[in-house]
Amino acid sequence: MQRFEAGTEIDGFELVERLPSGGMAGVWRAANPRFDFPLVLKIPFLDPGADVSVILGFETEELILKRLTGPHVPRFAASGSLAEVPYIAMEFVTGRSLADEIDNAPRPADEVTRFGVEIAKALAALHRQKVVHLDLKPENIILATRGAVLLDFGLARHAELPDLLGAESSVPMGTAAYISPEQVLGERSDPASDVFALGCILYQLATGEEPFGRPATFAGMKRRLYHAPRPPRDINDAIPRWLEAIILRCMEVDRSRRYSEAAHVLSDLRNPDQVVVARGRARPEKGMWAAIANLFRKVDDKSLVGRPAGPRGQAGPSIVLAAVDLANGSDALAREVLNETARVLASREDSWLACVTVLKTEIIGDTPATDESGSSAYVKRLVALKDWAHPLHMPEDRISYHVLEAVSPADAILNYAEHNDVGHIVVGARSSSAIRRHLGSVSTKVVARAFCSVSVVRLKAVEEQGRHRKENTAE
Amino acid sequence: MRVAILSDIHANREALDAVLDAVHKLGPDQLVLLGDLVGYGPDPVHVVEKAAGLIAQGALCVLGNHDEAVVLNRTDMTENARFAVQWTRERLAPAHFDFLARLPLSLQSEDRLYVHASAERPAKWLYIRDVDAAERCLSSSDARFIFCGHTHIPAVYYALPGRRPIHFQPLDNVAAPLSALARHVVIVGAVGQPRDGNPAACFAVVDTDRREVTMVRVPYDHEETERKIKAAGLPAWLGMRLKIGR
Repeated sequence: MQRFEAGTEIDGFELVERLPSGGMAGVWRAANPRFDFPLVLKIPFLDPGADVSVILGFETEELILKRLTGPHVPRFAASGSLAEVPYIAMEFVTGRSLADEIDNAPRPADEVTRFGVEIAKALAALHRQKVVHLDLKPENIILATRGAVLLDFGLARHAELPDLLGAESSVPMGTAAYISPEQVLGERSDPASDVFALGCILYQLATGEEPFGRPATFAGMKRRLYHAPRPPRDINDAIPRWLEAIILRCMEVDRSRRYSEAAHVLSDLRNPDQVVVARGRARPEKGMWAAIANLFRKVDDKSLVGRPAGPRGQAGPSIVLAAVDLANGSDALAREVLNETARVLASREDSWLACVTVLKTEIIGDTPATDESGSSAYVKRLVALKDWAHPLHMPEDRISYHVLEAVSPADAILNYAEHNDVGHIVVGARSSSAIRRHLGSVSTKVVARAFCSVSVVRLKAVEEQGRHRKENTAE
Repeated sequence: MRVAILSDIHANREALDAVLDAVHKLGPDQLVLLGDLVGYGPDPVHVVEKAAGLIAQGALCVLGNHDEAVVLNRTDMTENARFAVQWTRERLAPAHFDFLARLPLSLQSEDRLYVHASAERPAKWLYIRDVDAAERCLSSSDARFIFCGHTHIPAVYYALPGRRPIHFQPLDNVAAPLSALARHVVIVGAVGQPRDGNPAACFAVVDTDRREVTMVRVPYDHEETERKIKAAGLPAWLGMRLKIGR
């Protein structure tokens, strides 16, 4: 085996300083004038007789990391082949490891939420690139100024690449404290597995305890299929109910009850007042007889974890934002926005809907007036928004309502969409008018600036009449 | 180095011409024809002469079971295939028979083996449809990469030392990685009669530097081929299956 020391040069990379690392690879700070960002080299330990999974993990990480982009992963620089010196050169990410933060758990709810938002954002970005991490843990998360950055893709799975690791091993691959129940059973393709790990991390941040300990055996890891962890509020009653609800929904064994998307976790963490706390969580049957009956009840492990979400991402957006103008009540355009929203939602059975309406204020920080009956304009608008959405008959855990007070409706809509990882915006456009042409319409600005697809809804009949009239005058 | 691999052309002129256009744009370093130039389709003379021209320019070509059946007048095939073999024999000139008869069962170039059906007893025309067949194919050769056709359904099998191969269905036009660690069986989809549900012609491009193989899909005018099949008096199903890709 080749020895490496500071000053060794590999393919133009000069090793500078060895960093602490796990048992699979050596990690070095490195220098190379060809790259304008700080670098690390990851060099796998390939002793003769090394486990083939070390090499497979190296190959997997190289294949996946070079396909990933964006602020939530380290930038890929170069890699060396297994035939010569195998290494992966990537960006050195400056920041604080979540492992250090979790050492100080329990943490207050606002900090847990902040970490959760950052990690959920990073996961949503990863899952959009068709990659599941499958080994999410505090040691693999760096909290950088640009957001959370996920490290170590040695166990990850790309939906468009062969899974060389998965077919390789019958033992569960992952970290005992955070591994999802379906991964324990050998499944390696569902983004919801990362959501489960996120739930375990939030649990630990909020309570200071690992929900399942660190079992060393297969049977020990499998326990999480049958035994729910202690509810977080039993350990730390300072945890708000909504945060407990989010954590436990991340950690549902049955995937039909778990969040299927990191974007949904993000949305709930950002909107605590909209989290459904009284979800009918099945309490474990109490009493000795029930326990004994459970022992004899034959349960198929696979049926406990439910079916994977599948390639839903292709079917439709995970979160739809419907922006509706209710300043004049629910008019014809608002009804047409509702119809279009229903069509977009129909593409996917588990998509969430964020209903947004903007209450225009003249100056920033202006408080909307209260009318004679005492109910504020805000509450009135919220009631109108709920009434507008009622015909959709969405279950309450998939719909949220937002009355945004803003000077610029377009900015408010765009800001909400960006911060909640919205996948599709539906917005109405009023027919053209001189003042609107002069100022620019809300929908025009939303279309121009949005980072996702936008449906612009316009009333057809009105437009045609307008054009007709114009043609007549031209004659 | 980039190698374009065309398998199971099956006398389909429209598909071959469309694929060769795409190959020309790619400009690969090597072209390989993986057998079954004839059989099923209405343009055997065009395809055989085209293949001979490509070989003269440096392409490699191996024998397929339909090519052999036409040469040897074999009858141990399905009814449609047998009918097409007889029909093809009536249209080929002695020089065409001679060309087909000289094709080798397999060819090796560096660490790549090209064989129509399987490296396991190539003349038996065995199908690689599962991991077991892929494993037997791999144990019959020491090549790092074995390229086969014959099933008309793209697949890549990865075999790590001492382990059972892993099956992977490559996506259309998306590069599948070749492992530095594994040996591979790559099943190339068909140019002239796709059977994976996609009627577009399929050929493979291997990039040895990037260690990738891509199943490239090329849509072509299969309605014209179907019309010719009908006009030639060949079984109607042979035209129908081009439309549905089965």
